[in-house]
Amino acid sequence: MNGVRVAGVGLTHFGSHPERTGRDLFAEAALNARDDAGVPLDDVEQLNVGNFAGSLLEGQGHTAPLLAEAAGLDCPATRYEEACASAGVAVREAVRAVRSGEADVVLAGGMERMTNNDTPETTEALAIAADELFEIRAGVTFPGAYALMATAYAEAFDVDEETLKTDLANVASKNHDNALPNEYAQYQREISVEQALDAPPVAEPLGLFDCCPVTDGASAVVLVSEEYAADHDLSADVAVVGTGQGTDRMALQDREYLARTPAADDAAAMAYDDAGIDAADVDVAEVHDCFTIAEVLAIESLGFYEPGEGLGAARRGETRADGELPVNLSGGLKAKGHPVGATGGSQIAEMTRLLRGDHPNSDEVPDAEVGVTHNAGGTVASAVVHVLEVAE
Amino acid sequence: MSDAGFDEWLHAFVADDGYYLACENGHGHLPPRRVCPDCGSTEFAEESLPETGTVAAVTTVHVPAPSFEADAPYDTVVADFGAVRLTGVVDAEPGTVEIGDAVEPSVGASETTGDDVLVLRPV
Ligand SMILES: [Zn+2]
Repeated sequence: MNGVRVAGVGLTHFGSHPERTGRDLFAEAALNARDDAGVPLDDVEQLNVGNFAGSLLEGQGHTAPLLAEAAGLDCPATRYEEACASAGVAVREAVRAVRSGEADVVLAGGMERMTNNDTPETTEALAIAADELFEIRAGVTFPGAYALMATAYAEAFDVDEETLKTDLANVASKNHDNALPNEYAQYQREISVEQALDAPPVAEPLGLFDCCPVTDGASAVVLVSEEYAADHDLSADVAVVGTGQGTDRMALQDREYLARTPAADDAAAMAYDDAGIDAADVDVAEVHDCFTIAEVLAIESLGFYEPGEGLGAARRGETRADGELPVNLSGGLKAKGHPVGATGGSQIAEMTRLLRGDHPNSDEVPDAEVGVTHNAGGTVASAVVHVLEVAE
Repeated sequence: MSDAGFDEWLHAFVADDGYYLACENGHGHLPPRRVCPDCGSTEFAEESLPETGTVAAVTTVHVPAPSFEADAPYDTVVADFGAVRLTGVVDAEPGTVEIGDAVEPSVGASETTGDDVLVLRPV
């Protein structure tokens, strides 16, 4: 099995860019990744791209050849769709392609154009990640589904409503703090716990600041074999050493647990086993906080906390930038933004920058050697976890 | 357009004949269903649902999808009916139903589209 290195990463600004086409967004990210990697486009043997709802949001299907052309690539190209975990799956399949020896250089990432639609249309498009018969027709929105999980969590672990809301507000405030120096982030501004608590309700108990924004953006990473990196004298000191994926029942009602995410448990177990690490080895994590409660469920599934113990982590300071295990130093989906089909690739890009030392928040984790990314689809019916390490 | 299996299941609530599918090992699922994802069984029998279920999770939706625009704010709940759970819109003042409350299923209409909706009514 060939070792996999991250040769380079590229991002667009995450934010409101309604006039920019998906092809233009992805081209920018891909060219940035090329420049960062120092790998010529001619050497790219495969394109794996994530995109969730372009068919609805941009009226554009058959995304892969379009984005290959936009990025100046002439190679087999495939779109992966696993809702908000689309790019995570695209990266995972790129890792597997390099490991198997099928390819020495794969470009993986994702793109989503969202703000060209009105909020109701975007809400409707995102809801298709839920079960159409049993959830969408029962009025379940994406925030609504996570709100159901939040109330089930409070019930399961005997948490009162005020504690629930306050602890979730601390997650939001933490991630906004982390986004402050991140030039790619949609919201480079602080919000206080009080502001988060005072925000208008979206789906109770979740308010506006419990929800990630609607975002346009793209991500790209150049993954290469160790041999290619050595032969071409690349500076590629971050390795992808573990990958895992999990699947759960589509509808929340059909899950074993309403307040836990077993698909992410499975993805983490697979990735940790693959990497030969356990949860205690992790120094820094980027997790899928599409809603504040999602970060809580993620850090429990990743084994950093027992079920029911993760809720207060941000309030206690443990997952803050100066805590024992900083979570979402990029700002997370909450403050950096969530162009859904791009997010899984963005997490790899941000973790790579954090571990290389060229992220504006790298100073918070100067000795970090092991980083984990957690990317989830829908209400975590899909989950992808990757382990990145600073190579010896 | 109809959805075979699902439509018959939903409309059975109109006559208070709600049911679920039980595989030969007793795992409960909702139709259409050909194979049990718990055990692989392909043998199912229709079993009557209990008349009431218990609310397991609840949210009050303030920002709806366009297909529920005129309905908002409304409560959506997941309720436990023993072998299966059901997700439905609550027929009550928003914010009044709580976890642990008993609810009974019926079929209502979306105020926005007129489409059939699984409604759960506190009893
Ligand atoms: Zn069964």
